[in-house]
Amino acid sequence: MKLAIKLAFRNLIGAGLRTWLNVIVLSFSFVLIIAAKGILVGWDRQAKRDMTSWEIGGGQYWNENYDPYDAFTLIDAHAPVPSEFSPEIEAGDMVPVLITQGTIYPEGRMQSILIKGISPEQTLLELPTYKLDTLPGSIPAIIGSNMANANKLEAGDYVTIRWRDANGTFDAAEICITGIFTTNVPTVDVAQVWLPLESLQSMLLMPGEATVLTFRDREINRIGVAGWKLMSYEALVSDVEEMIRTKSVGQSVFYTILLLLALLAIFDTQVLSIFRRQKEIGTYVALGYTRREVVGLFTVEGAMHAVLAAVVGAIYGIPLLYWLSKTGISLGTSSADYGFAIADTMYPVYSGSLVVGTTLVVLLATTVVSYWPSRRIAKMNPTEALRGKIQ
Amino acid sequence: MENNFIIQTEKLTKRFPMGKGEFTALKGIDLGLGTGEFTGLVGPSGSGKTTLLNIIGSLDTPSEGKVIVLDHSIGSLTAKEAARLRKEQLGFIFQSYNLLAVHTVYENVEFPLLLLGFPAGERRKMVMDALEWVGLTDKVKQKPPQLSGGECQRVAIARAMVKKPSIVIADEPTANLDAANSHNILQTMVRLNSELKTTFLFATHDEKVISYLKRKIYLLDGKVDKDEIVSN
Repeated sequence: MKLAIKLAFRNLIGAGLRTWLNVIVLSFSFVLIIAAKGILVGWDRQAKRDMTSWEIGGGQYWNENYDPYDAFTLIDAHAPVPSEFSPEIEAGDMVPVLITQGTIYPEGRMQSILIKGISPEQTLLELPTYKLDTLPGSIPAIIGSNMANANKLEAGDYVTIRWRDANGTFDAAEICITGIFTTNVPTVDVAQVWLPLESLQSMLLMPGEATVLTFRDREINRIGVAGWKLMSYEALVSDVEEMIRTKSVGQSVFYTILLLLALLAIFDTQVLSIFRRQKEIGTYVALGYTRREVVGLFTVEGAMHAVLAAVVGAIYGIPLLYWLSKTGISLGTSSADYGFAIADTMYPVYSGSLVVGTTLVVLLATTVVSYWPSRRIAKMNPTEALRGKIQ
Repeated sequence: MENNFIIQTEKLTKRFPMGKGEFTALKGIDLGLGTGEFTGLVGPSGSGKTTLLNIIGSLDTPSEGKVIVLDHSIGSLTAKEAARLRKEQLGFIFQSYNLLAVHTVYENVEFPLLLLGFPAGERRKMVMDALEWVGLTDKVKQKPPQLSGGECQRVAIARAMVKKPSIVIADEPTANLDAANSHNILQTMVRLNSELKTTFLFATHDEKVISYLKRKIYLLDGKVDKDEIVSN
């Protein structure tokens, strides 16, 4: 094996430009696959991090009637906050949120929204709820930048909202936008208005009630509470993971095609080599190789393309990928377009397992495509190969 | 069979499939070659010279009869055993040199020693000795495409001789060379034959080679037509 590697290396280096063209094409595959995978890993981490800090904390209790995908359930999705959570809420480790459906009338237009009530004093989530405590005598509201842009609202604007209270009676009031926040999490931004919890409880005639209870510590063993459904952190981020998995499959198709193109070049080189290097194959046999050993030599030679590609890829890939991980990649899209947390700038994350795994996959694939045409050598008649007479 | 022959054939027949029938290239060859011979298989194209060399060189097998090379029965060797025989005991010189084009002169000559697993230091000495025999110590770093035909064949001789094999098989070694180079190559081989007692077996129809042979085995239509020992 050591000898085969030595000879294969000599042959590859000796082949010059033909080798380097294959190596460079294959190294592109290496770097692009790692870069693309790194973006997905970075996206996954960023999405979870942002969701954690802006929306889900360490997990949530949902009112048993609450279904975030069905706005019509909101009218029934509320209940008094269970007393057993009071210490946690007072310690700032749990935040009750009351949610109802409503309508906003910006510049005479009408748009359905979710009205969410949250304590201005909370610090568990990154929402700037302290801005809800700045306007005595009126109803302060904070909204996300996507909501503000969509409705042409600015800080200081007054706008009418309408809602239905616990008795089913419609009511309306003017709210004042006291803060506009920017977030990558559309589920706290798009078509949503955040009000002080007590104001909303009063508007809806639901004092002391909430729809969702977000807690900080995900490690604590949570108890079941009647009328409330425990949603673990893992369950809450499962949508993100599913989305990343879907994207990953789509991306796999892309880099499989990329890898196949590179492997095709190596396969082509191998087929051409076996045809053009018949005399050399015959010579190896005459000098003492068995035909199977020559197959091994050619396979190692083909597979070594992947080794050289890894080295070449590392030379330009490591600085490039490091730079990308520091400066990020602007995707030119908004989280609102995706429906879940996606940053304007994505910071790829490259793990050791990603690099090693990709290297092994490419090495294995290259070995297979190198071995495949090389099997033909085993059927060659060495005396004809020596004279280069095999067609 | 007698034991003083290092190559011996008995009723050697070789047939090749041709269309729906068969072509018989060798028809019951009986031969015996001893140590240190400088012998040629002489005959026109199609007389069976190369086929006989290939079988003796364990690159091919007989259809019938016996071929014993250095106490190995060629017909019954496995691929691995045949490869070991070639690697350890036989050297080959080809008409078109068959050098490894991307390797340097040094690497080409070193190749058989790598296969035999010689340590680096010993390898280097043996390669330089072999290159000295053929007068190419100044070309170690050059590659075959940068050499003349005569130089390429000298590299091929060095490669065949570097491991000091018992037998060197040379198939039309001067066919691609001019007269001056041919004589130079042949004189080198004569010298090595005399100094190292290596048995040389040629296949040739080149008069220049024939003039150097100490024994001429004439083949015609797959049979030994004449076996002539040249007296000094």
